[in-house]
Amino acid sequence: MNALVSFILVCILLFIPWIGVSVLGLKILFGIVIPYACFLVFVIGLIYKIIYWARSPVPYKIPATCGQQKSLPWVRRTLKDRIESPFYTWEVILRMFLEIVFFRSLFRNLRADLSGKRLIYGSAKWLWLGAILFHWSFFIILLRHLRLFTNPVPVFIQKLDYIDSFIQSLGVPPLYITDILILAGLIFLLLRRFFDPKVSYLSYGSDFFPLFLILGIVISGILMRYYIKVDVYGVKQLTLGLATLNPTIPEGAKIGTIFYIHLFLVSSLAAYFPFSKLVHMIGIFFSPTRNMANNNRAVRHVNPWEYPVKHLTYAEFQERFKEVMEQAGIPIDEEVKPEKHEWQSWYILEKK
Amino acid sequence: MYNTGKVMFFIIVLIIFFTIPVWLNWGRLEAVPQPELPKEEKKCIESKEYMRAYHMKLLDDWRKKAIRENQRIYEASDNEKYTISLQRTCMKCHNNKEKFCDRCHNFVITHPDCWGCHIAPEVAQKWQ
Repeated sequence: MNALVSFILVCILLFIPWIGVSVLGLKILFGIVIPYACFLVFVIGLIYKIIYWARSPVPYKIPATCGQQKSLPWVRRTLKDRIESPFYTWEVILRMFLEIVFFRSLFRNLRADLSGKRLIYGSAKWLWLGAILFHWSFFIILLRHLRLFTNPVPVFIQKLDYIDSFIQSLGVPPLYITDILILAGLIFLLLRRFFDPKVSYLSYGSDFFPLFLILGIVISGILMRYYIKVDVYGVKQLTLGLATLNPTIPEGAKIGTIFYIHLFLVSSLAAYFPFSKLVHMIGIFFSPTRNMANNNRAVRHVNPWEYPVKHLTYAEFQERFKEVMEQAGIPIDEEVKPEKHEWQSWYILEKK
Repeated sequence: MYNTGKVMFFIIVLIIFFTIPVWLNWGRLEAVPQPELPKEEKKCIESKEYMRAYHMKLLDDWRKKAIRENQRIYEASDNEKYTISLQRTCMKCHNNKEKFCDRCHNFVITHPDCWGCHIAPEVAQKWQ
């Protein structure tokens, strides 16, 4: 049901530019206005999210660890321990880097199964594989698209494009490897939500919608490259105009509706991005379980909303209730010196 | 806001990343090159729109027909017949690879493998 509603939503999104361009001829709206507006929503939305998360206090130091923490000098710490239980900033940076680039915590994904009455755990790398195929292909495709936004195209992008399209034996234009890989990754991630009952049970429309939307973008892009072809020369005039803030709809060039569908779906994704689960792109940097060092014993973490609590020491308490205590027969400590708590001085130190 | 310095740095990196075409074009933007069309001939074998979008498909199709099926005649959509040959049909009119093919191909970055086997007329002239 969730999947069906998401699918229908993506179909509606697909028909909007179809009708808008091929029937109503609103090329300026779909080629210039909407892409710019959606790009602005994307960037401003991401900045809003960053500031929103940066304003949220982290009351406790809660790194999730599974390695030997830094302790007495003779307790051995390997590199793995340093990544799993970072103490220094460079260890945190290394941990974050490996997490963001190689998805280490997904690599550790386990699968629990009942074998008779025994619960057994086994390694489950499929999710990691699907995720890494999808994310890396998406990133390379994004970089590759710079060939349409720069003139002259930087050598790095040319080389990337050449390497990606080096399978030339399947016809012209050459097949992009990332096109195949992103489809494989996306289809795996989608089928997983359909056929794994545990994942299916907790899949909402907001999980299916981005998958269908990105699948729509990928399929429209692949169709445009290999089957329903468009005038790439005209397309680049348009996209280069967008990138150089001098947008024009090229005269005389016949750019097919499929291009506007692709562009509109990408614009939708960009506008939807900051307000959906996709913003984990930013969220990963703000994960307290990943981005904090496990150095509780060495560096005190002050709760940002901590305030001086009104309290009485025992001496003050005794002084205040002396009479009542005497009447009740509670023994009175003579000559109690007002004590100064260590944590109180810590707090005063931190305040400075 | 906590960790203001780091967060501001992050925001700046993000903005730079997403406006990267602007920085890559900065100060080195070139005008859009115009392919040089043949002066004598006004009509290509198919319509202009079709050729602009599908010429690579057509050439790929020609390669299959000529090399794998030994079919040397192409019948265009207006029933006119052409010899299937890149060097003798296409490049009879579009006789300059650099000024016609390469201008667009270098502009949009494509890697056609035509020239692994074929020789452009200007290169052929050099060897004759």
